[in-house]
Amino acid sequence: MTPTAQDLIDFVIAEARMIDERRFPEWLDLFAEDGIYWMPLEPDQEEEHLTTSLMYEDRLLLRTRVQRLEGQRTFSQKPKSRCQHLLQMPAVDEINHDENLYRTYTPFHYVETRFDEQTLLAGWARHKLAVVEGKLQIRCKRVDLVNCDAPHRNIQLFV
Amino acid sequence: MNPQAIELKDKVRSLLREGEVHRDLYRSPDVFALEMEHLFRNAWVYVGHESQIPNKGDYSATEIGTQPILMVRHTDNSVRVLFNRCPHKGTQVVIDRQGNAGKFFRCPYHAWSFKTDGSLLAVPLKKGYENTGLPESCAGKGMTPLAHSKNYRGFIFAKMNDAGPDFESFFGDSLSSLDNMIDRSPEGRLEVVGSPLRYMHHCNWKMLVENQTDTCHPMVAHESSAGTVKEIWEQEGGDGPKPMAVECILPFMSPYEFFENMGIRTWENGHGHTGVHHSIHSDYSAIEGYFDKMVEAYGEERAKAILDENRHNTVYFPNMMIKGPIQSLRLFKPIAADKTLVESWIFRLVGAPDKLLERTAMYNRLINAPTSIVGHDDLEMYERAQAGLASDGNQWINMQRLYDPAESETPNATYNGTTEAQMRNQFRAWKKFMTLDTEEEVSKEGSAA
Repeated sequence: MTPTAQDLIDFVIAEARMIDERRFPEWLDLFAEDGIYWMPLEPDQEEEHLTTSLMYEDRLLLRTRVQRLEGQRTFSQKPKSRCQHLLQMPAVDEINHDENLYRTYTPFHYVETRFDEQTLLAGWARHKLAVVEGKLQIRCKRVDLVNCDAPHRNIQLFV
Repeated sequence: MNPQAIELKDKVRSLLREGEVHRDLYRSPDVFALEMEHLFRNAWVYVGHESQIPNKGDYSATEIGTQPILMVRHTDNSVRVLFNRCPHKGTQVVIDRQGNAGKFFRCPYHAWSFKTDGSLLAVPLKKGYENTGLPESCAGKGMTPLAHSKNYRGFIFAKMNDAGPDFESFFGDSLSSLDNMIDRSPEGRLEVVGSPLRYMHHCNWKMLVENQTDTCHPMVAHESSAGTVKEIWEQEGGDGPKPMAVECILPFMSPYEFFENMGIRTWENGHGHTGVHHSIHSDYSAIEGYFDKMVEAYGEERAKAILDENRHNTVYFPNMMIKGPIQSLRLFKPIAADKTLVESWIFRLVGAPDKLLERTAMYNRLINAPTSIVGHDDLEMYERAQAGLASDGNQWINMQRLYDPAESETPNATYNGTTEAQMRNQFRAWKKFMTLDTEEEVSKEGSAA
């Protein structure tokens, strides 16, 4: 597969929809074996390992989250949270067939709700994608919240 | 005794029984206001770490109770703690959490300026204050310093009132936990790394502090998070070296027996810790090169003694907790009776391999973040409790687990690790520090007469 710009855009939009529709196992399969979901704590944060992030998770930890969301004793998900992504059209920042590296940039608004409380978050998602066994996969999804350093309440689903 | 002091004493007494505390401690705005007025002024409260302000003029803004304060590196290199308020009209002099003031603070409203010890440096159009008595006024004295502050091996604490014990008597042997965290650096020095996680809770600040030594909740409330990690690790075969994240979360699922045997120690004035003999932090993999550096710095025997101490959570009354083996510090900042901001800070062990900091940062985001599944478990319980306390059917919170009537006579003691003795210890201190200032006033009045 040689992805076009449209393929990359479709991928990012489909990824957000999977989360909104709670198709979490399917969503998890979008991540490459060494794929990472990263949500920095500070604006313009470069450091991944030697400082705190809100999230820096490999497939094992993401799988834990997904399995936990359905758990019988997951009290913070009784009742369950719901979420919605409103994406700006993703911009394709890089198409590099030689290095199998594709990058997109997607400003978003994200709403998460549980009981009567609704949280609105906004920010930018940066996807690093690669073709693995004929399909696009996520090498890294970096989510920068505009107010990453604010005193947040629970964020329980996936931005 | 003056009527106000009697009223306060009666109020405090009415909220506490041996082994039970009244719900108003968590719900009442009046009790919260009294805590801000008395408890948070009479106790030594954590301000920050000196590594946040390495250079002259560097400042860091924070709160004690609900009052805005700042710490600043003065020109003589000492750390000063000041109320963050212009003496003129009250404007907060600095508004960013961190920055550098240069040689002096300058209020952005009317350009009054202050040396970094708070003293008044200059006022524009000074002539207008001639013969007005400004030098003798409150404003003329500049930004008010807190009455007492202490730099303990880099950790800055302050106390607003003259009442109450000095720093050493207030903390006593509990300083051994801070010492152990600091000694884990081959150079005996810590540095704050990055910004703190900030996590807003709609519950009373004391619920969070109590939970730090609540060893009967992990295997229940965290079954969803730690239990799922356990399931997945077993699905993966459950053998081979554990990934660092698994190593961090799995011990939360240890059985009751593990927590019973780990022990709890209490100290006078409301301090205490879990993990006297071992803890959930005892069995982490060794990090290459670290022990050698410790031996080089301290000699083998002392290095072993430092690293064999694996205290779990040390509560510093009223509102701070540290984890020595993880090098983290959590501050439970009261905002309202039902609102608390939790800040979770991490430290680098200066001179130790980066891999330790990697584990520290990982632990912080896995356990303390608003995005943390372990955090979600806890917040759910605190907020359900806060809501549940609205019921009139029973107005008391139970704290009788392993209660021994003799324990109030021996504040420094160790117990079975599932006791609620530390929560009771905190409330004994709460009672003491709520009324300390009025009692000392009373005794002053008494001796004057």
